[in-house]
Amino acid sequence: MTAWLLDLPLALGLFGAGAATLAARSLFGAVLGFISTGLIATLVWVRLEAPDVALTEAVIGAAATSVIILYVASRIGAGPVPPAPPAIALRLLAAILSALVAGLLAFAIFSLPAPAPSLAGAVLEMIGPTGLGNPVTAVLMAHRALDTLLESAVLVFAVFVIWSMAPERRWGRAPGPAFVAEPHGPLAFLARVLPPIGIVIGIYIAWVGADAPGGKFQGGAVLAAMWVLPWIAGLTAPPRISDMRLRLAIAAGPLVFLIVGLAGFALAGGFLAYPPGLAKSLILLIETAMTLSVAAALACMIAGPPERRAQP
Amino acid sequence: MTGTPGGPLLVLAIALPLGATLIAFVLGGQAAARVARGSLWLWLMLVAAIAAVVIARGEPLTYLLGGFAPPLGIALVADGLASAMLLAAAIVLVATALFGRIAYPEPSWVKGGRAAFAYWCLLPALAASLAVAFLARDLFSLFVALEMLTFTALALACLDGRPSQFKAELRYLLFALLGSVLYLLGCALLYGAYGTLDIGLLAGKTRADAPTRLAGALMTAGLLAKMAVFPLHLWLPPAHAGAPPAASALLSGLVVKGAFVLLVRLWFSVLPGPPVAGAELLASLGAAAILVGSVVALRQERLKALIAYSTVAQIGYLFLMFPLLMAGDAEAGSRAWMGGMLQAVSHALAKAAMFLGAGLIVQSVGDDRVAGLGGAARAAPFAVLAIGIGGLSLMGVPPSGGFTAKWLLLRASVDTGQWWWSLVILAGGLLTGGYVYRLIAAALGPAAPGTAPRAVPRLQEGSVLGLALLSMLLGLLPLSMLGLARIGQPIMLP
Amino acid sequence: MTGITPFALGAAGLVGLGLYGMLAQSSVLRKVIAFNLLGVGVFLVFGVVARRGAAAGLPADPVPQAMVITGLVVAFAATALALVLTLRLHQTTGAVTLAEDAPAETPPAKPATDAA
Repeated sequence: MTAWLLDLPLALGLFGAGAATLAARSLFGAVLGFISTGLIATLVWVRLEAPDVALTEAVIGAAATSVIILYVASRIGAGPVPPAPPAIALRLLAAILSALVAGLLAFAIFSLPAPAPSLAGAVLEMIGPTGLGNPVTAVLMAHRALDTLLESAVLVFAVFVIWSMAPERRWGRAPGPAFVAEPHGPLAFLARVLPPIGIVIGIYIAWVGADAPGGKFQGGAVLAAMWVLPWIAGLTAPPRISDMRLRLAIAAGPLVFLIVGLAGFALAGGFLAYPPGLAKSLILLIETAMTLSVAAALACMIAGPPERRAQP
Repeated sequence: MTGTPGGPLLVLAIALPLGATLIAFVLGGQAAARVARGSLWLWLMLVAAIAAVVIARGEPLTYLLGGFAPPLGIALVADGLASAMLLAAAIVLVATALFGRIAYPEPSWVKGGRAAFAYWCLLPALAASLAVAFLARDLFSLFVALEMLTFTALALACLDGRPSQFKAELRYLLFALLGSVLYLLGCALLYGAYGTLDIGLLAGKTRADAPTRLAGALMTAGLLAKMAVFPLHLWLPPAHAGAPPAASALLSGLVVKGAFVLLVRLWFSVLPGPPVAGAELLASLGAAAILVGSVVALRQERLKALIAYSTVAQIGYLFLMFPLLMAGDAEAGSRAWMGGMLQAVSHALAKAAMFLGAGLIVQSVGDDRVAGLGGAARAAPFAVLAIGIGGLSLMGVPPSGGFTAKWLLLRASVDTGQWWWSLVILAGGLLTGGYVYRLIAAALGPAAPGTAPRAVPRLQEGSVLGLALLSMLLGLLPLSMLGLARIGQPIMLP
Repeated sequence: MTGITPFALGAAGLVGLGLYGMLAQSSVLRKVIAFNLLGVGVFLVFGVVARRGAAAGLPADPVPQAMVITGLVVAFAATALALVLTLRLHQTTGAVTLAEDAPAETPPAKPATDAA
């Protein structure tokens, strides 16, 4: 009964926030709607008993995404004239199609077989050798390690793709534009006070993911935020993209993952296999490198392509 | 137990280019270019070894990552289709690497070095993405591969930094992202229904119930958007035509094939079959693509736009094999499968040759309109020859790979009584001949008065001609190579 | 089964909203926001599937959860790419939509701190 008291308003709020996002008159309103949707979705993930995902949705899905959307929106604005909405026929067609897909989807979900097939049992059976206590982390780092390796590589790809879109004359400089420094403003204050706390929280979240909800993506995202904050406040400048240490930090995670994976051929009989006994230490090694890389990559993705006019 | 002997080769096919991209990114400068080029040559040898082992064993190679078997773990499998596509990709990438030695010689951190740095990081990244797309047997890993392909394709197309490309690529990205998310939704439904996303395990288990049908429809729609199948093809011509020549070669030749292989795996292995009505629909869309794409190509003024519309048309041929495979006739189905595969491989080689050659010609005469190509044949003879040969393969002139592919599809359509597809194939061949002739005739013409077409570097011309000759020679392959196609070929029961 | 009903409906609703937004809104930034709404909906479908797969003492199947975490990161990267493209398009042509007749092929006036 209490489930219905909580869940139904959450679901309605979710849909309502989404609708408000689409219907908002101004771009800023739409972003606000999106942040609300993300936060309500975080609560829904908690109700769905998926705390790791809730953390990821909160930090990356809602917060980081909204930051970059707002950042670009503030630089672009709505354009010289507000764009004309497309023809009414197109919108009607889109509405019919969307309603159809949503309806069929709901029907399909309710037609899924019960009892639902699940790999939970298999995960728990195969979790012992990894030494991990969090089954989601075990799936990410051991059972489906290829996906995580590829995903960490995708982040590196995204960074050099973003960099490659820089204007030619700004190539080689630090990521992002030159932010205006207001040494005594509120942003500068936050940029001085938050990072020490944030760094500790980020490292903690990344570390504790082995046995409890958390992990490198969530922790790395918090660290990225702390890294970016002084840049945006104009207190410090990011390293230049020509600095090899920055690139090494970005690529360290997937490189370490790849090396450990290949070492698995010699040590444990297969790629991405872990020798029993060493498994947890190796996984922690990979996670440490990956936390650094996720932080560096996300920070660079938020800052954007090199655009500075003057030398930092 | 990690799979069949030779399995580790599959791992290396992914790990080698992936590592090369990361190392190239970190090192930067000339070292990045050297690492990238070296890794692509090594990759070519590696995938050739994979193909050789697959042929020798007569059955697919398998590898279980981490020692975990599906449904929990992820498997890599190299069947005939995967091996052939990998080989085609490796050849095209080596050719574009040779082309790039001249086109992008100086990666650096100062002004002027941006495009080269991006180019040499992107080539092995594309190789790694294709390796995952062709080898992975898990639908979610294939989703990640699709995203990797989208990102690398995007960057390649925007390499020149032109504003018109930003617009075209933004349109492409929105199509591609919509496609990916629909594909992902389908994965969610399939997992909910069967508890696994492994293609091998799903192959036996799937039922024709509501979640599966909706998943199939969503995933197909998503993949069709990524392949620019009519009528979702609008993003492709501007994106491919406006990109630098090496990028267009990779985009038209390889990137669209990644989504194609996924679609084939989805339809012939995952979905409960045979979905005959859906297959007829797909083939109809393909037929429309062939006819509409070829007609529009005929009317193009700009050279690269013509070649880009030709891509839209040639991709249509790939869809003709769907109903032919589902007609219940094993012989015809086998022919159709081989025809589709050969079409994919020979189009990759021929189209890459055409785009690279077109780039050289435009560089030589300084004009990118078809009407202004005069004088190119004297200044860049091998480039024009390469375009001509590539065009012959697209038209289906013997002994090219394109001829064999279309002939196989023709025979299969006649054998299964679906003769109307033969008409489409023949009409397509005629129209293709039309625009290829237009191209070559213009290039053979005299130079426009007052212009002096320049010669182009021999290395680039050589690599382009090599690609074109390979696509022509495909039709001469011994039968044992064609036997590669049958390994792992799906069997569609009526 | 009834426990996830409201969330299943909410997820399906978000998918519908996001799809509509991507197709029917003209500003590129709005399309990107709609894409993310669509993503939230699709991931929640995975979440419903995971919750239904509660077994062996775990309240939710960990495999779909891992997939969602991977998917969230990939979606963020994709959004970042789309936004950088949008920014560069605006900086070089002044356009904010993908319409063929987008306004003014000249870059708008910029504040001193931005790249020119």
